[in-house]
Amino acid sequence: MTTFLASLRIALRALMVNKMRSILTMLGIIIGVSAVIAMIAVGSGAKARIAEQIASMGSNLLIVLSGSSTSGGMRWGSGTVPTLTVDDSKAILSEVPAVKYVAPNLQGVAQVVYGNQNWSTSVNGTTPEVLDIREWPVVSGRPFTQQDVDGATKVCLLGKTVVDNLFGGIDPVGQIIRIKKVPFTVVGVLGSKGQTTFGQDQDDTIFVPLTTAQKRLFGMQFPGMVRVIAVQAKEPELMKEAEDQINALLRQRHRIQPSQDNDFTVRNLTEVMASAQQSANVMSLLLGAIASISLIVGGIGIMNIMLVSVTERTREIGIRIAVGAKSKDILLQFLIESLVLSLIGGILGITIGIGGTYILSSFTQWPTLLSIQAIFLAFFFAGSVGVFFGFYPARKASLLDPIEALRYE
Amino acid sequence: MEPVIQVQDLVKIYMLGEVEVQALRGVSLSIEKGEFVAIMGASGSGKSTFMNILGFLDRPTRGIYLLEGIDGKNLQRDELAEIRNLKIGFVFQGFNLLKRTSALENVELPLIYSKKHAANRSELARKALSQVGLGGREHHHPSQLSGGEQQRVAIARALVNQPSILLADEPTGNLDSKTSVEIMSIFQRLNGDLGITIVMITHEPDIASYAGRNISFKDGIVVDDRRNVSPSLALEGRQAS
Repeated sequence: MTTFLASLRIALRALMVNKMRSILTMLGIIIGVSAVIAMIAVGSGAKARIAEQIASMGSNLLIVLSGSSTSGGMRWGSGTVPTLTVDDSKAILSEVPAVKYVAPNLQGVAQVVYGNQNWSTSVNGTTPEVLDIREWPVVSGRPFTQQDVDGATKVCLLGKTVVDNLFGGIDPVGQIIRIKKVPFTVVGVLGSKGQTTFGQDQDDTIFVPLTTAQKRLFGMQFPGMVRVIAVQAKEPELMKEAEDQINALLRQRHRIQPSQDNDFTVRNLTEVMASAQQSANVMSLLLGAIASISLIVGGIGIMNIMLVSVTERTREIGIRIAVGAKSKDILLQFLIESLVLSLIGGILGITIGIGGTYILSSFTQWPTLLSIQAIFLAFFFAGSVGVFFGFYPARKASLLDPIEALRYE
Repeated sequence: MEPVIQVQDLVKIYMLGEVEVQALRGVSLSIEKGEFVAIMGASGSGKSTFMNILGFLDRPTRGIYLLEGIDGKNLQRDELAEIRNLKIGFVFQGFNLLKRTSALENVELPLIYSKKHAANRSELARKALSQVGLGGREHHHPSQLSGGEQQRVAIARALVNQPSILLADEPTGNLDSKTSVEIMSIFQRLNGDLGITIVMITHEPDIASYAGRNISFKDGIVVDDRRNVSPSLALEGRQAS
């Protein structure tokens, strides 16, 4: 331990003697470490935002879309033919045990008017459960209820974007708006959800009772028609089970023969988002890897300077060996010197990396997330670089022949 | 009593490229405890090679060298370093002090590499410095000291581990004659008062005259070995210890 402390003191003094050189050598490590920290922060920020967006869609969410159609050999996409009904939705809730909530949905785009303002938005005829499924709070007024659905009352909930566009500062609750010329009373305003991963504004929406949408706004080609059923499974582990059971149930209800294709589609949105998250992972890994390269370049700088330092101090090494320094003493001395260089560089790099991350996120508005693990990792990595690249020069010093070294001019 | 240094038929052969150089061709001698020996010879006579072997910095090609009965022939590099640390003090022509390091820390250097004296390192170093008359100069750096003072720091460093022998390689080679005499007075005092065994290389006969025994080398062999019945007394610059 005494040897270690003595070596530490010797190393610090040697670094102080050549301050400028030490700082320039550290610069490589400083840049490397700060780059690693900033890049990981950007990567984790992107990942965190995607995770937030997944949560904003609602957890454990399955979407049942009504079927595709085939006409004259052309197959049309999902949802082109309405095949789902309110009864399908009720059956899913009552017969699939893995399901917690269902919300049938009949959606369309409509022109909305309030006073002299108008706005085109997506109008969703649905049931009150949709708010539970999507974990969407009502921030003022009240949600609509099952009674509103049963009575097909003309009430609506407005998303924040709609409120912003129709009501400039006026409290919308209690006001009357016209959707497709039908007057609706605004009973509540939804909290803000922001954009989806794909840039769609989730707040640009209006919720009305399903029955009202069916009778007053979009009509029905057959009784109880809906286009989409949103389903929430009880647990994440039950997603697959729920998906299979819904498939089986709807095939039976729609009397689909084993040889026929489904006239509906069950989509697991969490899976879609998981792949988005995976690409964010790849991105942050890539950023980190590129930043690590600069750390390695910094390490080569350390090795270079340590080799110069060993050559310059050949005589000193000779004196030390002559008075009884063992190989490991000399090795340790130079190893500690390069370790101190890289760790001081690491600490400065962490400081600059954290500062740089704040500046970066305030200028670019990118989401960033500093993690303690990343900081420790970068610090540890810097130390390893110091030991790794310091080892060769240190070993070279420890194996010098004392007679040669003492004669060195 | 067993001699401190025993050398028998010592041969050292270097390879300089293709050429074989016989630096020592069979040297035999022994040095008793408490002797002050000057080794003389022209350059190329083999005296420096002999000194390196005595200091366990180099190994003989053939022959036997025992320091207090220890044979370094089969010892590892680190074991030799330990013997140098415990039993040998070096004084060089060029002082070989560490730059930008205080006199005290220079003297402490051998103690850093020794397990024995971890606790009272600075105390021992101060004592060694006062033995060479540099008490009060502990915190001066080599660049702030004269040549003679630097050499005295080097002597203190050689003494600090209380070694069996002090090996001095041309200790006055870089000093003027007045300072040289001062260094000799320190050597005589260490030898006379403390009984330290000193082996000193020099090519100056008047410096050799301060030693109690003169050994002359020529072409790798000992050509002369005689007692100096009345060594010169170096009184100038003598300081109270």
